[in-house]
Amino acid sequence: MNARDDMLAGIRKALGRDGSADAATRATLQARLKGHKQNLVPKRGRVQGREKIEAFVKMAEFSLATLARVRSAGDVPGAVADYLKSQNLPPKLRMAPDQKLDAYPWASKPLLQIARGKAEPEDEVGLTGAFAGIAETGTLMLLSGPASPSTLNFLPETHVVVVRAEEILGSYEDGWAKLRQIADKLPRTVNFITGPSRSGDIEQTLQLGAHGPRRLHIVLVDDGADAGTER
Amino acid sequence: MSFAEAPTSRNFKQNASAALRNETLQRAMGYLGFTQKRAEAVARLPEFEALRDQARDIKDHTLKHLDFYLEAYEAKVMESGGHMHWCRTPEEARRTILDLCRSVGARSVTRGKTMIGEEIALNPFLERNGIEPVETDLGEYIIQLRGEPPSHIIAPAIHVTKEQVADTFLEKHAAYGKTRLLTEPREMLEEARGILRGKFLKADAGITGANFLVAETGSSIIVTNEGNGDLTQLLPKMHIVLATPEKLVPTLEDASTILRLLARSATGQEFSVYTTVSTGPRRRADPDGPAQYHVVILDNGRISMLGTEFQDMLRCIRCSACLNHCPVYNAVGGHAYGWVYPGPMGSVLTPGLIGVDQAGALPNASTFCGKCESVCPMKIPLPKMMRHWREREYEAKLSPAIARWGLAAWAFAARRPRLYRALTRPAMAVLGRLGKRRGNFANLPLAGGWTEFRDMPAPEGKTFHQLWAERSR
Ligand code: SF4
Repeated sequence: MNARDDMLAGIRKALGRDGSADAATRATLQARLKGHKQNLVPKRGRVQGREKIEAFVKMAEFSLATLARVRSAGDVPGAVADYLKSQNLPPKLRMAPDQKLDAYPWASKPLLQIARGKAEPEDEVGLTGAFAGIAETGTLMLLSGPASPSTLNFLPETHVVVVRAEEILGSYEDGWAKLRQIADKLPRTVNFITGPSRSGDIEQTLQLGAHGPRRLHIVLVDDGADAGTER
Repeated sequence: MSFAEAPTSRNFKQNASAALRNETLQRAMGYLGFTQKRAEAVARLPEFEALRDQARDIKDHTLKHLDFYLEAYEAKVMESGGHMHWCRTPEEARRTILDLCRSVGARSVTRGKTMIGEEIALNPFLERNGIEPVETDLGEYIIQLRGEPPSHIIAPAIHVTKEQVADTFLEKHAAYGKTRLLTEPREMLEEARGILRGKFLKADAGITGANFLVAETGSSIIVTNEGNGDLTQLLPKMHIVLATPEKLVPTLEDASTILRLLARSATGQEFSVYTTVSTGPRRRADPDGPAQYHVVILDNGRISMLGTEFQDMLRCIRCSACLNHCPVYNAVGGHAYGWVYPGPMGSVLTPGLIGVDQAGALPNASTFCGKCESVCPMKIPLPKMMRHWREREYEAKLSPAIARWGLAAWAFAARRPRLYRALTRPAMAVLGRLGKRRGNFANLPLAGGWTEFRDMPAPEGKTFHQLWAERSR
């Protein structure tokens, strides 16, 4: 018997069956797979409106990400430039080829040198948008694709993420639901990112920047309105 | 060295006493600090207990229909352009992985941390076949350089002090022109990061494990804090996932539920830094990602635990909470257990995977304080299963005569906690005089031979149970 048949037969025998489950059971299981039923979602993942935004900010900072709030899209380039300066980083970045990011007036900061595309080994700063922010744990949810190369999330030492208040969701489940609305299949990679890379492998002392970014900086575009409509 | 190639579980007793005398190890083990962080993280999530029940039910449901979910998962892997390879034994898995690596002419492969890789002694095998395996998790990298097996399932180098890391780097990094003796963990991390960055960029294939496999979508999920697993799978031409069937969950929602427990129970984080869901190879328009995606699904003894009194063990998500809270593990470290999985989860899993004749000493390496079960996010009844193993061992007459005699007495008392405590307390007065540091492992007259591994905090003249009761007040 080949390994596949052998393993499946072994499982069935252990479960006290000769073959696969009966048709009715299989139909129930299929329905479970397609039903996307949520299990218990903790209360803090079910918050709405301003509370949700504030929870995201609090938890993102708890994860050792840094965060700057700007009132409008027009303030984003300035916030990015200020951040790079504050970290003594050169005003040079690799930006995801994401149309969403074109909404920000980068030309207003002519000193910023911006290249678009996937990350190259020498890139020091990567800038991306996010598919969603997850308030529950201050997590960013990013999807791989032509507009958002995954290497930007991992290769550069500094990862700057621009996220809009209306992109903040409560829970991971909200993230899956939103994703299923726009696509019937998952992209190659869904990255949930909660704070900068770290390791405690040497005597359990926390060090940031193990292999991924040493700094994760979030620019939150938040006009202060009751953002909680998008779900 | 690899435990999978040369288990030393039979010598647990000798291993343990050597570990207790090893001062460097004792100092290193003192840094293990996950328990406090876990307690705080659990306290921040009022729903934690309810989530444990749900997580247990999700896995029980999956195991009950494992054949269905495996087939559903396989169909989705293929639909998304990936390949699935079924392997019964370590030999089959190693051979499959080697063939895959060779198919892309691989000379070096990066490795995300996988305990299953340890189980099949993958690194020595790849080396013998002319492929350089590079462990990229910092802890795994350190012990790979040192030629040691991991001693903890999520903090593999917990037994190594920073001075030892410095010495190892000085010796092994000279080849890269690094010749300074480092003193601070920060510098050590920087040096390793620099060297490993080069390895990431030139690897031909990347091998990761999986914390979850999702039947609904054919995805594999890994969680890391360093980002090494992501660079491992993102940069090379080929991503190979090495996983076992019990990693399956039905849906993304189910995975999300268990993920809420994993990091909290492990390191006391709210969420791991990187939770990465991978489905198939890169898509046509993707600017990066691996061109090939392969899942090697390995049994290696799991299926034989299904439908037995050890089935619950297959719920394990390898969070390490049971190790971190185990007084025996804390006292002797991971290597004493002599195989891949240490601590309470290892004491149950190892006899199931390599046989009770090899690993019969491990289920005895317990104080039956019950802490492991009480912190296990998947509610696995670890002490009960250790008792099952001892009964099996007893039935098989594997124990020496004295241990068999002792087991009968012990089994009687252990099922009656009050009696057990009453009987063990007087023994403490004697043990107090014999006690050593932290008061570990002294003979308990009650049950003869095999109880000599029990952790009895001798000097205070109190039983382990009493101390725990006081400490947790
Ligand atoms: S047995 Fe439970 S506590 Fe131990 S590693 Fe497995 S899931 Fe975690």
